[in-house]
Amino acid sequence: MVRCDVVMANDVSGPIAFRSMEKMGVRRVFDPGRVVMVADHFAPAKDARSAELQRRLKEWSTEQGVTFYDQGRGGIEHTLLCEEGWIQPGSVIAGGDSHTCTYGALGAFGTGLGSTDIAACLALGEFWQAVPSTIRVEFTGEKQRFVTGKDLILAVIGELGVGGATNAVLEFVGDGALALSVDERLAVSNMAVEAGAETGLFPADETTRAYLDGRTDRPWTPERSDPDADFAQTLTIELNRLGPLVALPHLPGNVVPVADATGTKIDQVYIGNCSNGTMTDLRQTAEILRGRKVHPACRAIVVPATQRIYREAMREGLLDVFVEAGASVSTPTCGACFGGHMGVLGAGERAVATTNRNFRGRMGSSDAEVYLANAYVAAAAAVAGEIVHPSEVAA
Amino acid sequence: MIVDGVAVVIPGDDVDTDVMYPGSYLNVEDPEEMKQYLFDGYDPSLRDRLGPDAVLVTGRNFGLGSSREHVVQALRAWGVPAVVGKSFARIFRRNCVNLGLAIFEAPEAADAARPGSTIRIDTDAGELEVDGRSFPIPPVAELVAQLQAAGGLVPWTKERALDRS
Repeated sequence: MVRCDVVMANDVSGPIAFRSMEKMGVRRVFDPGRVVMVADHFAPAKDARSAELQRRLKEWSTEQGVTFYDQGRGGIEHTLLCEEGWIQPGSVIAGGDSHTCTYGALGAFGTGLGSTDIAACLALGEFWQAVPSTIRVEFTGEKQRFVTGKDLILAVIGELGVGGATNAVLEFVGDGALALSVDERLAVSNMAVEAGAETGLFPADETTRAYLDGRTDRPWTPERSDPDADFAQTLTIELNRLGPLVALPHLPGNVVPVADATGTKIDQVYIGNCSNGTMTDLRQTAEILRGRKVHPACRAIVVPATQRIYREAMREGLLDVFVEAGASVSTPTCGACFGGHMGVLGAGERAVATTNRNFRGRMGSSDAEVYLANAYVAAAAAVAGEIVHPSEVAA
Repeated sequence: MIVDGVAVVIPGDDVDTDVMYPGSYLNVEDPEEMKQYLFDGYDPSLRDRLGPDAVLVTGRNFGLGSSREHVVQALRAWGVPAVVGKSFARIFRRNCVNLGLAIFEAPEAADAARPGSTIRIDTDAGELEVDGRSFPIPPVAELVAQLQAAGGLVPWTKERALDRS
């Protein structure tokens, strides 16, 4: 069994976990100081039923004395927990959401679990876990213009396939990994699960330390593989040769260079979610949209991941750039990424999204198509009304 | 444990949790209601074949994607006793173990099964039969075996919690 430093759930996974915890005959959580609940999936409430889930999440949190982030005070769970200092290198986070692997960006073992697993974590503070193998992913060289963390992880998933890292963790190393900002590391780690991995770790370094400074005062020590560690596999991605990529419908592993998808007409662009809704993504979006307009045949939705990011983007004038371009700016929410609300797709529609999954029906209709890409590519598609290389829209 | 059933084959590899249980129904809490949405984005007619004698047979990396437990809760609500597949995504497999749905990673058996094949699983004997052909059941980790023997993570944790109090 593995001890949890933090247990997290949301308005979808939480209420089901609470019921399971009751069935386990446990009335109080193992440690209220280590439990966080976030209303983000159907928040702001999509309908009466979603409102009820969020009400229960809040009431349960109050009753148990655990931290609760309501709408307007938090944002998308994974970006939020990093921002709020819940995550330290070397810590273990059990999250009732598959993208809990995002915390690997800060050198933590964050891993996604179902609600019954979360119930046991809430009750006893531990989950069952075999020691995973490690796949070493080395990023070498320098990122090219219009290439972001999104492309690095799409390249990895394209190589490994959507089940290639099952029972393994990814460890990201190399000069190309060290050069990434925390925002870009979040984008990379977030999609580790899309290759089947349990988490995607960046060994903590000075970049991590600088990010955590002022966010947490809990002590931590960086973890990394021993020099003589055995790796299940080693993968090298040469950044000098990597251009912007796109994952075609309906698997995140259907990865091609953007050139292979150009000309595809697009009905909606969605920029946001737990992988790519950071200030870095919003600045990239603004670089493309500033002084330009969203194509009349296309609509664009921008979703800052957290309230803090929303506010920072407002101060920087980015929200004004988006609105001026004809994009909708949404309050932080998981929203349409999982087909919940706030921008789902109709039959026959095509979207470019900076999100992490393009499964059939993921963002709405089963007859819709989702193309995954970075914020530059997404914003350029919004301007052109079709998939283009960002260099065709902006220099 | 002995399971006697008929194969309901889910064709293809990489069948994800979104097609099995679309996100728009994630605000449903009652497993009886979840039943109605199972396989909605894949092939809703599969629901007609689910029941206490239906053994789900899957391809590789079945259940990739979301941690949503709704898929397994709905399978249980239909009374499905077991899943036999070539391989499973991690969280899906955990959810099956945790909720007491028998799950077997048995690639040859999954390959041999056709829709309607007769399936017999005898865990004590360590055997899995497809249309009378016998296949070995690969061993699982001891802790997983304990969880399965206890009927899932809820009864197992209940006992541990009692021991600690």
